[in-house]
Amino acid sequence: MTNAAVSRRRFLGSTLVATAGGLVLGFRIPLAGEAQAQVVPATEVNAWVVVQPDDRIVIRIARSEMGQGTLTGLAQLVAEELDADWARVTTEFPTPGQSLARNRVWGNFSTGGSQGIRQSNDYVRKGGAAARLMLVQAAADAWQVLPADCRAAASVITHLASGRTTTYGKVSAAAAKLPVPTQIVLKDPSQWKLAGKRLARLDTVDKTTGKLVYGMDLVLPGMLNAAIKDCPVFGGKVKSVDAAAIEKRPGVRKVVRVGDSAVAVIADTWWRAKTALDALPIEWDEGPHAQASSAAFATVLKAALGAPDAVVAHAVGDARGALASAGRIVEADYSYPHQNHATMETMNATARYTPERCEVWAPTQNGEAALAATSEASGLPASKCEVYKMLLGGGFGRRGATDYVRQAVALAKEMPGVPIKLIWSREEDMLHGKFHPVTQARLRAGLDAQGNVTALHLRIAGQSILASVAPQAIRDGRDPVVFQGLNPPGPEASIGYSFPALLVDHAMRNPHVPAGFWRGVNLNQNTIYLECFIDEIAHATRQDPLALRRKLMVNHPKHLAVLNAAAERAGWGRPAPKGVFRGLAQCMGFGSYVAACAEVSVSDDGELRVHRIVAATDPGHAVNPQQIEAQVEGSFSYGLSAALFGECTVKNGRIEQENFNTYPVVQMQHMPAVETVLIPSGGFWGGVGEPTIAVAAPAVLNAIFAATGKRIRDLPLKNHDLKRA
Amino acid sequence: MAKLNVNGVLREFEAEDDTPLLWVLREQLGLTGTKYGCGIAQCGACTVHLDGVPTRSCVRPVSTVGPQEKIVTIEGLSSDGSHPVQKAWAALDVPQCGFCQSGMIMAAVALLKDKPRPTDADIDSAMSNICRCGTYNRVRAAIKAAADGGNTRSAGLAIQHADGSTT
Repeated sequence: MTNAAVSRRRFLGSTLVATAGGLVLGFRIPLAGEAQAQVVPATEVNAWVVVQPDDRIVIRIARSEMGQGTLTGLAQLVAEELDADWARVTTEFPTPGQSLARNRVWGNFSTGGSQGIRQSNDYVRKGGAAARLMLVQAAADAWQVLPADCRAAASVITHLASGRTTTYGKVSAAAAKLPVPTQIVLKDPSQWKLAGKRLARLDTVDKTTGKLVYGMDLVLPGMLNAAIKDCPVFGGKVKSVDAAAIEKRPGVRKVVRVGDSAVAVIADTWWRAKTALDALPIEWDEGPHAQASSAAFATVLKAALGAPDAVVAHAVGDARGALASAGRIVEADYSYPHQNHATMETMNATARYTPERCEVWAPTQNGEAALAATSEASGLPASKCEVYKMLLGGGFGRRGATDYVRQAVALAKEMPGVPIKLIWSREEDMLHGKFHPVTQARLRAGLDAQGNVTALHLRIAGQSILASVAPQAIRDGRDPVVFQGLNPPGPEASIGYSFPALLVDHAMRNPHVPAGFWRGVNLNQNTIYLECFIDEIAHATRQDPLALRRKLMVNHPKHLAVLNAAAERAGWGRPAPKGVFRGLAQCMGFGSYVAACAEVSVSDDGELRVHRIVAATDPGHAVNPQQIEAQVEGSFSYGLSAALFGECTVKNGRIEQENFNTYPVVQMQHMPAVETVLIPSGGFWGGVGEPTIAVAAPAVLNAIFAATGKRIRDLPLKNHDLKRA
Repeated sequence: MAKLNVNGVLREFEAEDDTPLLWVLREQLGLTGTKYGCGIAQCGACTVHLDGVPTRSCVRPVSTVGPQEKIVTIEGLSSDGSHPVQKAWAALDVPQCGFCQSGMIMAAVALLKDKPRPTDADIDSAMSNICRCGTYNRVRAAIKAAADGGNTRSAGLAIQHADGSTT
């Protein structure tokens, strides 16, 4: 064994400890300090695959599991190439610290943008295939035959000529010593036996018994609990705190100022910490935004709809000239509010700090970013830090941020050696989100005498996410994420229409409210703007909304295919049930093409009911159709929550909605029947966790127009009276 | 020391009178399957049974629960996930992130006890729990499957399980 091989193995010890200790789905919780002194498992065939002597297979998953099913989907892809016995497959999460020490052998840990499968399918499949080649080689070596004369299936290797068999578990230790092959041919998807199948998730049963340990549930020996309040006005600071007023309350150990804007209470239980914090007199310096409001910012955005300082994202021909000379103009302004992710599990993290080492247990969508944040906040090099990813009670983009990790580390530094679990109250979670950005849009279409669209100008005014989360990524005032769904033809978020002249531009205006990536991101409101406006053009020119779209989508066959599939399944053009009206929407984003047809009714007194949504998705390759269906249904729940109720408003510099009583979301009673039409056309890998969200609202809004003649251009719907005029 | 009857066992604990039952279960008794989601009885993640009645434990002061009242948490439903509702949930792969599912299951068990053949309207009104992943339609299907003696086939999901079965 080479020195390199030895050092490679030094960092794998947690795997051995974990598997020997009865690992369940990678969710076993390492105790403090455990990862430091580890022994090597001799059964790691390569970074992705460990095969135990009893034939149990452990597949390493670098991406986070937050409900979206990536854990199972990635395991299916590895197991497919491995030719593994699926009934014996389990999974585990390698840690970011291990990955760093091994030259990032597991690639990107970041789990957002529906990229879990679409951006790692190639290297994880190669990992599975390489492991299979090594296992077969090891068996062939033992039998002194050629590997080409052997076959593998369901973890069993057979020598074809002699009929001799062995199992992966029997040869894994020998296979682990072999060089990793570099010439790897992946299976054609038509050969798949595990990938592409409607397999049950690997993590379901323990979610029905309460046994799974989420970040909030973690208990470590000697652990204390903390509750925190950040200044409710973004940009404000703590002026004073009367710690003496609560220090004698039962269980309270310490009152801590975190940075210059937050105060935390550490106590034996979280409930005592939280109630003590509620009783703590805090005086805030509310800072420069104490008077800010959503209403005032809306006027800033409105002015920006016509402002000259805009960055052009997509231009075809001379749209301004064509609009100036158009015989007829259709014009409309739209707006979309701030929204909170509202994950069911509020933000939390547990940290233990000593001058030698800092460890964090956190539900995070980005283990590597959490490791970097731990290093920064602790002042220790990353090699002396570790992050253990906990199960996530929802992510939706919010847990890609690391604010709560930094706070937990800051608290742990106050009590070296003591694990501190920080849990945000729901109120803290609502007030200190990383909000969906606020924007407005102005759309202007030029029409010729026959009603054909000669030019379209789509102006977006408003907030940039990158300006909040990665300002260094903005070049010349351009945030490319702003234009999702409106990009030129290409593999990502391209517009599905061709116009003789087109101009898409953005006038950036950033309020003091921090923005973040919110499930579906900017595709959500951009698809409302475009798809509702296409309906407006159809109405203005007395065309059927589907017929108009088909004319404009001739050069966009993949966009058109999903639209046609949704329309046909829903019965577009045929009568709907009495009192039920239909609306369409389509878009492309996160690598996939999606469309929806919504069926709604609006009662005489204005009550909206969404009865059914038919959704079509072309994700290229479909790894687990039943989980894609679950993601499509979940996307409508999330998208309809946003459309019906989702709004965070600012008054006196702070968010007004503090809990689910003022920030309602879709419940069982609101949920429509969802029919998913899956048409994977092959040749590309698209995400499925987000794109469908974007068609939920516009399909419903267009159906509401069909039902009532009311064109809703400002969300959410709860602010509108849908009663027929 | 105060006492609670939890999952058939009399447990002792120490907490202030106004501590919600939820936090006694989670922090004093180590039963973390019951979740904190909102603290104001809006989301249902904290649902437990109190003498069979689904109760939002996040707003129930522990001092108002006597040792004679029988508390059942998700951990007490079965030791191994074998309750018919849990089995329907697993057969139809209902959970996504799973955080709300303890409360969902406890609410569903109470509903089915009250109404063994619930209508859609019954389900809409009894299941007011919040799920942000959007598992509602599978929750509905699993409740109907449990009501139908565990017949999950009518949901039409055709999920292939590792043991070779399809549900």
